[in-house]
Amino acid sequence: MPALLDLLNVTKLFLLKRQAFSLRGHRFVHAVDGVSFSLEPREIFGLVGESGCGKTTTGKLIVKLYEPTSGRIFLDGQDITQIRRGPALRQFRRSVQMIFQDPYESLNPRFTVFDAVAEPLLIHGVRALSEREARVAEILAQVGLTPPETFLFRFPHELSGGQRQRVAIARAMVIHPKCVVADEPTSMLDVSVRAGVMDLLLGLRQELGVSYLYITHDLAVARYMSDRLAVMYLGKIVELGPTEEVIQSPQHPYTQALLAAVPVPDPTYQRPSPAIKGDVVAPVNPPLQCRFLSRCPRAEEVCRDSPHPPLADLGSGHLVACYLARR
Amino acid sequence: MSLLAVHRLTMHYTTKMGEVHAVDAVSFAIEPGEAIGLVGESGCGKTSIALALLRLLPDNARFLGGEVLFEGVDLTRIPEEKMRKIRGRGISMIFQAAMNSLNPVYRVGDQIIEAIQTHLPIGSKEARRRVAELYELVGLAPELMDRYPHEYSGGMKQRAVIAMALACEPKLIIADEPTTALDVIVQDRILRRIDGVRRRLNMAMMYISHDIAVIAEVSQRIGVMYAGCLVECADTLTIFKRPAHPYTTALMSAFPSIKGEKRKLQALPGEPPNLLRPPSGCRFHPRCPYATETCVRQVPDYQEIEPGHFLACWHPQGRGS
Repeated sequence: MPALLDLLNVTKLFLLKRQAFSLRGHRFVHAVDGVSFSLEPREIFGLVGESGCGKTTTGKLIVKLYEPTSGRIFLDGQDITQIRRGPALRQFRRSVQMIFQDPYESLNPRFTVFDAVAEPLLIHGVRALSEREARVAEILAQVGLTPPETFLFRFPHELSGGQRQRVAIARAMVIHPKCVVADEPTSMLDVSVRAGVMDLLLGLRQELGVSYLYITHDLAVARYMSDRLAVMYLGKIVELGPTEEVIQSPQHPYTQALLAAVPVPDPTYQRPSPAIKGDVVAPVNPPLQCRFLSRCPRAEEVCRDSPHPPLADLGSGHLVACYLARR
Repeated sequence: MSLLAVHRLTMHYTTKMGEVHAVDAVSFAIEPGEAIGLVGESGCGKTSIALALLRLLPDNARFLGGEVLFEGVDLTRIPEEKMRKIRGRGISMIFQAAMNSLNPVYRVGDQIIEAIQTHLPIGSKEARRRVAELYELVGLAPELMDRYPHEYSGGMKQRAVIAMALACEPKLIIADEPTTALDVIVQDRILRRIDGVRRRLNMAMMYISHDIAVIAEVSQRIGVMYAGCLVECADTLTIFKRPAHPYTTALMSAFPSIKGEKRKLQALPGEPPNLLRPPSGCRFHPRCPYATETCVRQVPDYQEIEPGHFLACWHPQGRGS
């Protein structure tokens, strides 16, 4: 089966404002740098990394909130970076939707639940009010806001955080997109309602056949949600593979450090110290070598003398960008 | 004698919407040198307890009863002047979002020196030397003392705030979500630092977090809070191996983990209650799978069900009742 979504060498640079009297030339933040991966139909692809690693920028490139500096993104074989306006853009927006992190900011406070969820239907040409009503009621029931009629005319301030995020999910799903970019959809929610929202997203994948790009900083959440997982560091994917394989047998030193740093809810388990040096640096005009070089506990001659390593397949779709992996 | 003994602490907030029943008859004790963790969701009253201990509550807070005995002295009854001496030297606090608790227009080192000189009668040179020591203790280069907060990264600011909390070698430090805004690798380093320093100086710690995994790693004893009430408190191993309160069990199975078998999460039905109108009886009853008539009508007593294991529940789990 062909991939639903294909990213080929996608790069997004942001130009930094030149400081007064600075003699330095243009400085760019390499937010996303040569990223390639694909998303299969009905797949959940997890994208993890620390803040500033470029995971949200990648998500925004896919929904066309940003345009890439270079590289191509294909949806169903069509290059979406070429789409500018008109029916093609509308068709694209119908296929790809986004769920944002903060349901306190992503919903218009002056819109009722019905207004918010019916708006995408109106934009995408569902003219008959009765049909909009029917489809809004249907999707509200699917996201667990039951009975729907008790929620239709409420405003966001009358809802709890979990209910708001369910409304945001309904709004994204009501036009039956093929692909949804979910950017930390549970991290603002109370811990006791997070599991419910995660299970809702898993259930909707089954019911509606939607694929997700699931962006999160929480590796445990990524493990629970995703089929495949990619780890980003300073704009680059450093490791990508089937989720359980990446979690159980990480090959990149950064993935290993990241996994070692996750607290484990088991008091009998003695967690080792993660092997990593220094702090994250900003990817402003980064050096050509491996992005992880300055923090890598294992760096050798080859890492210092070579460009950033390419993602190489270690077999069964487990890709690692490291000269020292499996050696 | 316990270092800190809190007995039936109760407080409300007065708001335009009405009375918020924020903390309801909470009792617990902390021994010298002990690390205890308070875990619970946002709005369950964890931070209110911390602020009440230090008497730093906002103006709309109403203290309704209870005792806070610190080394035998009831902090709720002493004059403000005496309380100021306790803050910093007796009990200090690492605030949530520490990045915002530094003053941006003063050098970080000077802010810590000010904290030291407020409490201890020592000269500027001596205080500076002390800050340098503290910096090494929390893993910061002493040269950073003369820099401003904007020159620090998030993790560095957090470490500076920890250094400030340690400055007068308090007997108890309250750390309110000390690493919540940080990435996991930085979080790991900070938590290891705090724990190392606590062991070395034999200070007591009270960690406050919504993340039960973080609490499990750093605390010897855990208190679980729900909707303003402390519902269960025991040593960490007991809380994990033999939790008795249905909410504790639910909280454990609501978190995914990267270790062990991948398992299905158990989502709790409903949402945390609005504390303007807390549920009658046991505040957890609307979401509890074991709730009965008794739970709806009567508030369960908070009592010791086995040595060192406290519980407020009519239907303890895993005990054949």
